[in-house]
Amino acid sequence: MGTKIYDCISRIAERIIENKDYLTDLDREIGDADHGVNMARGFQAVLEKVPRDSDDVGAVLKKTGMTLLSTVGGASGPLYGTAFMEAGKVAAGKEALTTGDVPAIMNAVIEGIQKRGKAVRGEKTMLDALIPALEAYTEQLEAGSDLSGAMDAACAAARDGVEFTKTIRATKGRASYLGDRSIGHQDPGATSATLIMEAVRDFLRG
Amino acid sequence: MKKLINEVDNVVNEMLDGLASAYPQYVRRLDGLDVLVRAGGSSGKVALISGGGSGHEPAHGGFVGKGMLDGAVAGAVFTSPTPDQVYEAIKAANGGKGVLLVIKNYTGDVMNFEMAADMAADEGIQVEKVVVADDVAVENSTWTTGRRGIAGTIFVHKIAGACAEAGGDLENVKRVAEKVIANVRSMGMSLSACTVPAAGKPSFDLAEDEIEIGLGIHGEPGVNREKMGSANDICDKLLDKILAEGIYKAGDRIAVLVNGMGGTPLMELFIANRHIHEALAGKGMVIAKTIVGNFMTSLDMEGFSITLLKLDAELEELLNAPANTPAFVQA
Repeated sequence: MGTKIYDCISRIAERIIENKDYLTDLDREIGDADHGVNMARGFQAVLEKVPRDSDDVGAVLKKTGMTLLSTVGGASGPLYGTAFMEAGKVAAGKEALTTGDVPAIMNAVIEGIQKRGKAVRGEKTMLDALIPALEAYTEQLEAGSDLSGAMDAACAAARDGVEFTKTIRATKGRASYLGDRSIGHQDPGATSATLIMEAVRDFLRG
Repeated sequence: MKKLINEVDNVVNEMLDGLASAYPQYVRRLDGLDVLVRAGGSSGKVALISGGGSGHEPAHGGFVGKGMLDGAVAGAVFTSPTPDQVYEAIKAANGGKGVLLVIKNYTGDVMNFEMAADMAADEGIQVEKVVVADDVAVENSTWTTGRRGIAGTIFVHKIAGACAEAGGDLENVKRVAEKVIANVRSMGMSLSACTVPAAGKPSFDLAEDEIEIGLGIHGEPGVNREKMGSANDICDKLLDKILAEGIYKAGDRIAVLVNGMGGTPLMELFIANRHIHEALAGKGMVIAKTIVGNFMTSLDMEGFSITLLKLDAELEELLNAPANTPAFVQA
């Protein structure tokens, strides 16, 4: 056991490692069959390198991002690396997060991924899970939902986003080379992003 | 899966050690990193660095040496190297005259190399980059990431490397590299998928009588799947697509690269080359240089690609300049 933020990160890491073959199989359909392998390698390194005893949320998120950046490779390395480092900036100096911090973090994550990947919503990427998730979270929060309810809504929206990626053609990343042949397959990046969100939700449920 | 490996997780590490110990006169591995640099260093000239996922051997470490690259960065199999590794390569290879990064156009490669370039620039190292996008199988439009970089990259290494060796400054080396990129086009096909060690099974399924046209070099599926044909028919199909670019015309001097994907015997590559010569000569083109072999491979994939480069006097002179590297030697 570590601090709360370490436990949350390790829950994410376990979820990704458990789904290594699943993510790789998805990537085999429209990519180059390495998404799960690369992500699992990165999160294994996260488990080893991120300090267990730090309760500085920003520092732990930043260290997670830097570790992913130097171990994942491919496009996912810079994208998830940027995502966690941007999240770390928003959480800098905090020892706990409030329900209000979550949308700020997700917003920073989305902006970071958009900037690094030069992508927008609807291009069959992780943004197609993350942006609807943020919208659903914010909506639930404004409707008076608690953290748990808002996270449920966010995860459901992310899952819907993954389903939506099956219906569209990839225009970014390696799947874009397939043209219309990418239609019918779900995006591995949107899937891993959803797995991460679901791991956070499950962690918060205890 | 049958492969001559030890631990799946250790393939890149052991491959780099083996490459370095085969060619100590050319390369040395940076301690603790997946980077090969010239054994004798690169001071006093513009340094060329390339790299990418592993599985394309001899690319890119096999091209480190006089007249070509100064450093090569190896990622995991078919996965771009990370920014910290590229950054260490830039620092180690920098000979004080600046560094040119030769990047194949893949989303991950471009992102990781750009992040490394930013890190090096912050330390005052002059870094420029070129992105090779020679694969005509992929339409270059706003609807894709842009064309992939494949075997045409070897011509960039050779020609820009010769320019740097001859004392060209960074601006000039980059200009020559961009001239190659503007005039080089490739297209590939496969007879079988490849097996990434960590995945343990073929990257796609292909029936006994099927071929995949227009695939890249990472085991990703191609743009269409067809029935097997003769070597000549397949060459014509690839050439038609390359020639449709409108770059190569009667009377032009052309360099040809017939590149094996790793699992196709040289016998078949030579058979392909024979017809490529016939076909181009039939169109009135002059083949000024031919290179046949396994240069930009895709693990154990059976298949090949054709690359054409239109030459002018400058490119032809640099292409014919000496090179001395593990995988490409020219007196």
